[in-house]
Amino acid sequence: MRRTLVWLVATVGAVISVVPFYWMVVASTHDSGELFASPPPFLPGAELLANIANLEKTIHFSRVMITSVWTAIVYTALSALVSAMCGYGLAKYRFRGRGLLLGVVLATMMIPFQVLLVPLFQMMASVGWVDTYQAIIVPFLANSFGIFLMRQAFIDFPDELLESGRLDGAGDLRIFYRIVLPCVRPQLGALVIFTFMGQWNAFIWPLLMLNSEERFTVPVALNHLIGLSRVDYSGLMLGAFLATLPLALIFLLFQRQFVSGLLGGAVKG
Amino acid sequence: MTRSATRQASFPVRHPASPGRRRSGKAGAARRRRTVPWIFAGPAAALFLIFFAYPLAASFVQSLQTTDGGVPQWAGTGQYARLLEDPSFLQSLVNVALILAVQVPVMIGLAVVLAYVLNQSWLRFRTTLRAAYFLPAVTTLVAYAVVFRVLLKTEGGAVNQVLGMEVDWLNDPLWARVALIASITWRWTGYNAIILLAGLQAIGREQYEAAAIDGAGPLTTFRRVILPQLRPVVLFCSVTSTIGTLQLFDEPLVLTGGGPGDATLTPILYLYQVGFRQFDFGYAAAIAWVVVALIGGLSYLQFRYFGKERS
Repeated sequence: MRRTLVWLVATVGAVISVVPFYWMVVASTHDSGELFASPPPFLPGAELLANIANLEKTIHFSRVMITSVWTAIVYTALSALVSAMCGYGLAKYRFRGRGLLLGVVLATMMIPFQVLLVPLFQMMASVGWVDTYQAIIVPFLANSFGIFLMRQAFIDFPDELLESGRLDGAGDLRIFYRIVLPCVRPQLGALVIFTFMGQWNAFIWPLLMLNSEERFTVPVALNHLIGLSRVDYSGLMLGAFLATLPLALIFLLFQRQFVSGLLGGAVKG
Repeated sequence: MTRSATRQASFPVRHPASPGRRRSGKAGAARRRRTVPWIFAGPAAALFLIFFAYPLAASFVQSLQTTDGGVPQWAGTGQYARLLEDPSFLQSLVNVALILAVQVPVMIGLAVVLAYVLNQSWLRFRTTLRAAYFLPAVTTLVAYAVVFRVLLKTEGGAVNQVLGMEVDWLNDPLWARVALIASITWRWTGYNAIILLAGLQAIGREQYEAAAIDGAGPLTTFRRVILPQLRPVVLFCSVTSTIGTLQLFDEPLVLTGGGPGDATLTPILYLYQVGFRQFDFGYAAAIAWVVVALIGGLSYLQFRYFGKERS
């Protein structure tokens, strides 16, 4: 009896969780006018293609998606590489400055990045990077969270395997790429997902950097769409849906890594 | 120690596959030991130096300056004194304090209960329910804020139609705060529940069994056995939620623009307006450092008071 009640409450909560998402999908298949009709639409309509065409006309949304995808991929690849290498260096070598670097990594985790916004903006302006793609890729490549995650992953890696690699005459970089990196694939997967999500969601920095429409990323474009004098609500919902699609797909395909990426070492096991 | 010793010992060994490796005796080996770690740590270190250490220092210096007329001038603590008398900034602090006092505890409480329920083996459709609760956490931040903005539209918005009312969600100071808090709760409760669920799963089965043998009911087991062990994870959730609240920007900008008045203004949104609408860089930097101090202070307090088991 009590179990049924708990299950019922849990199900109602789950419905509340899903409804805004469902509504977003439904709304992107209706005409703008129908969204605020009484009663509002509950089932998918037939206007999806028309909405896609409209959104394409208003802001060239396919280009926006492509920009977001490739900048996020480039950022993720470079950032994961930098993080993995730094994490490996911190975990497996003793060198001067190591303690300091580890301290900096921990400090960047504590200090909100917004404190850097003004000076970073001025730096970008002084080197002429405002309104360029590198401005949204390069400054945040060193990701302290990722470094920390990878350091934890490498610490447990057996030194004997590194030794046998050295005895075989492999250089340090070669050992890293050939022996070590393949062994931490799960953590690397979590890092990649976590990093990609972060960049895909990134808003305030791209908003500051990207001025011209042809370079907008998805969040900046959505923000631009609500600011228009005549808001196309269906287009907006379609944009929101498309913005969420990649993350939802990644979630479905890589559920395990996705969750451990979110946990980011909060919980062991 | 032993590790570096074996490394040195391995140096004279030459593998036939790499005859061309350059060696220059002991000095070369020592130099190699110094430089090799930096091959790995160097890129990150350089990036931190350029894009973290320098702007961090610059931002602190800026917060002690004014840029009236384009020339930086020393202002001492003048910018910080200005903040204390700025009603918009004080209002933004009140707004996040409200979210910290109301939204964060409610959300964490909900998430704990939810995680506990989702961890019960008798729960039917457990996997489906978990996925449903987690769905909000995969929606892009700006996208979900946009969706809530449309759902909460006063005339004809779906929420008002379901309620059968005409609540002016986004233009009334009280309701705008309710809307902001509800949206954030929708987005982040499942996220925290998943983290807590992982924490629950780390608690061994035998603990539940021991509690059952001792005759503890489900509620007692939850309070006396589960909750104390979950404490570190709850602390993690509460610290990250506190930090997230103090950094709140995407949601208020998209949902309400900080309005009406300053009812949903947050410190970072204000920083954005001051720094990049009014270009008052020194003042924006001062706001940022107040946020840094608040995050540091509140995190410290939470670790201090909730981090340790109290006897």
